Amino acid sequence: MAAPTMDRPTSAAPAAVQTLTIAKALNNGLRASMEANPKVIVMGEDVGKLGGVFRITDGLQKDFGEQRVLDTPLSESGIIGTAVGLAIRGYRPVCEIQFDGFIFPGFDQIVSQVAKLHYRTQGRLKLPMVIRVPFGGGIGAVEHHSESPESYFAHTAGLKVVTCSNPADAYWMIQQAIDCEDPVLFFEPKRRYYEKGEVDTTAAPGPLFRSRTLRTGTDVTVVTYGPSVRTSMEAAAAAEEEGRSLEVIDLRTLSPLDLAPVFESVRRTGRLIVVTEAPSESSISSEIAAKVQQECFYSLQAPVLRVTGFDTPYPPSKLEEEFLPDLDRVLHAVDRSLAW
Amino acid sequence: MSSPEKWTHPGPDAAPATAAKPTAEQVIAGLRATDEGGADLVQLLTPEGERVQHPDFDIDITAEELRGLYRDMVLVRRVDREANALQRKGQLGIWVPLLGQEAAQIGAGRAMRPEDMAFPSYREHGIAWTRGVKPTDLLGIFRGTDNGTWDPVATRFHPYTIVIGNQVLNATGYAMGQKFDGKVGDADGEATVCFFGDGATSQGDVHEGFVWAAVYDAPLVFFCQNNQWAISEPTERQSRLPLYQRARGYGFPGIRVDGNDVLATLAVTRWALEECRQGNGPILIEAFTYRMDAHTTSDDPSRYRLSDELELWKLKDPIERVKVHLVKQQWADQAFFESIEAEAEQIAIELRDYCVNLPDPPPGRIFSEVYAEGNPVLEAQRDEFLAYHAGFAGGEH
Ligand SMILES: Cc1ncc(C[n+]2csc(CCOP(=O)(O)OP(=O)(O)O)c2C)c(N)n1
Repeated sequence: MAAPTMDRPTSAAPAAVQTLTIAKALNNGLRASMEANPKVIVMGEDVGKLGGVFRITDGLQKDFGEQRVLDTPLSESGIIGTAVGLAIRGYRPVCEIQFDGFIFPGFDQIVSQVAKLHYRTQGRLKLPMVIRVPFGGGIGAVEHHSESPESYFAHTAGLKVVTCSNPADAYWMIQQAIDCEDPVLFFEPKRRYYEKGEVDTTAAPGPLFRSRTLRTGTDVTVVTYGPSVRTSMEAAAAAEEEGRSLEVIDLRTLSPLDLAPVFESVRRTGRLIVVTEAPSESSISSEIAAKVQQECFYSLQAPVLRVTGFDTPYPPSKLEEEFLPDLDRVLHAVDRSLAW
Repeated sequence: MSSPEKWTHPGPDAAPATAAKPTAEQVIAGLRATDEGGADLVQLLTPEGERVQHPDFDIDITAEELRGLYRDMVLVRRVDREANALQRKGQLGIWVPLLGQEAAQIGAGRAMRPEDMAFPSYREHGIAWTRGVKPTDLLGIFRGTDNGTWDPVATRFHPYTIVIGNQVLNATGYAMGQKFDGKVGDADGEATVCFFGDGATSQGDVHEGFVWAAVYDAPLVFFCQNNQWAISEPTERQSRLPLYQRARGYGFPGIRVDGNDVLATLAVTRWALEECRQGNGPILIEAFTYRMDAHTTSDDPSRYRLSDELELWKLKDPIERVKVHLVKQQWADQAFFESIEAEAEQIAIELRDYCVNLPDPPPGRIFSEVYAEGNPVLEAQRDEFLAYHAGFAGGEH
């Protein structure tokens, strides 16, 4: 089955440039994919009439019917496991996991089946499915609603893992993930859902599995993704007022990691800070630190520093401001890096 | 032995509440949810406050006992309404309303003995009350200052479980432990009650809990509060059969009780616990009830259910029917009802005061008690964080 190409015109977007929230951009992106390909189906808990707890699938069931937008039984293993079967059967399921902390009942299906079927069958079975996961903290929620589990999936061979940080990426990346022939874990920064930005629905998007330099600078490279992108950009703006020039790279793809632009940047700046909400031990941030010291050893002026969530369970929400990397912690790391 | 099973789908007779495939209109209108619960429903007190007999589950109840159950229900409803209001005023991050499920919870909770164990999900404020958990101890998790502050060992009330279905396996293991410890088989035996919703029955953990409890004869009462909705999804989205009928497939009894009838819930749960104590467990109880408020304070039920449905269930209010019965029997007078109201008001005031004065936890709480035996790497991370933090505070002086 040929994947639809990405330069298709989309009827969901009357104007070329629109100002949208990430939530609405995802909704429009899903709609565009569903219009372009009748095999795309959306499935998850409450995705139908309610439009999902974050309303990302709002209105889709009304327009595409109950067989393309499935309100599923309350079972994550069921959602992901049946999506495997549907994908084998030629569908392109887009699964919604309601909150990050609820992906684990489906973890077995993801690591045992989703990740390995292509390999086990030596390519005879493809699994073009997407698992959407609202992730990260900062919304004042109770436990299990604010986790950053992306490293578990990046650690598993056979999965692709991406995360968007702005409406334009949200709009395009979700469509590209659906078009991808491999299973994609799609992490959505939930505390940024209602932040707005411009989406050009006609300009051809960049490739899905590439990181992007958002801001060039000369003193320190900052690598980040998802909800921490905005924090890092704000830190860069604040640092500029103190006469410090930060380069900010939005990873966008966590597996495969696209580190070539990071290496190139670190060779110029000599310094790297990784910013992420996820705990640091045995994580994506560890991986970046390891690879950068391996590739850029002679260019480094300071050790790679990490500004991350702590290696604890996500704390009660009254403490999440302390837990989440904020502008001050990023700037503190900049000070430490430059003091070397 | 070889009773001829009919290999057909259960017809409307067998499954009045969730028979066959509901029409779209029925589901949209939530009509299935307004069903009476079917012929197998155990009921002892009608919505009109009439006492009715049941061949298997009848109980004797004194005036004093019934007044006690009434008091419990009124107080937990008041706690629930106050907490809901506190969320609306921004004092709680979220609240999970109990409204409508008071009878199911007070009946089940009062059937338990102190030495029994309860595993709740997250809506069991009424069970908490019967276990002696102070209502104020429910606030930490919803205000975001803690993850629930009651002592699960002293109260025998497990922490709230947010991940749907997880507690069912935990409860099964606990009940297996009760059995392995020889606490089953005589009059002072122990048992466990595990609480979960209709939506939860779709989770693998719940199915696995049924399997394990059955094969190990665990003294466990599975108490499913079928409040008709799993957020926006009606019970029909989880099951084709009435939920209590599933138990048979696992080899233990399933009973559907009127979850808005505190007497019936009490009677059936008492019986089930007794069976468990004698070594005849497990048992599934489906309390047929209704969630009268939103799923949580973040939910918008107007998107998926009609107000007609709510109006219908209001007629089956669990508290009103007891009140009517108390009055008809002349078991309570106006002074009694007023005293309960006053007590409820007092509890609400205490809850409010406690909530608004609940201090934010100190930053070090992030790192406290992650491990029982410590972890040097984490301790170093904590020390670095606290030093960073102190530097900030100092810098502001
Ligand atoms: C594993 C998991 N998936 C999803 C959720 C999100 N969620 C919270 S409550 C709920 C509905 C639960 O319905 P039910 O089991 O009927 O219990 P009720 O809330 O009605 O008491 C959902 C989907 C969750 N908490 N855990």
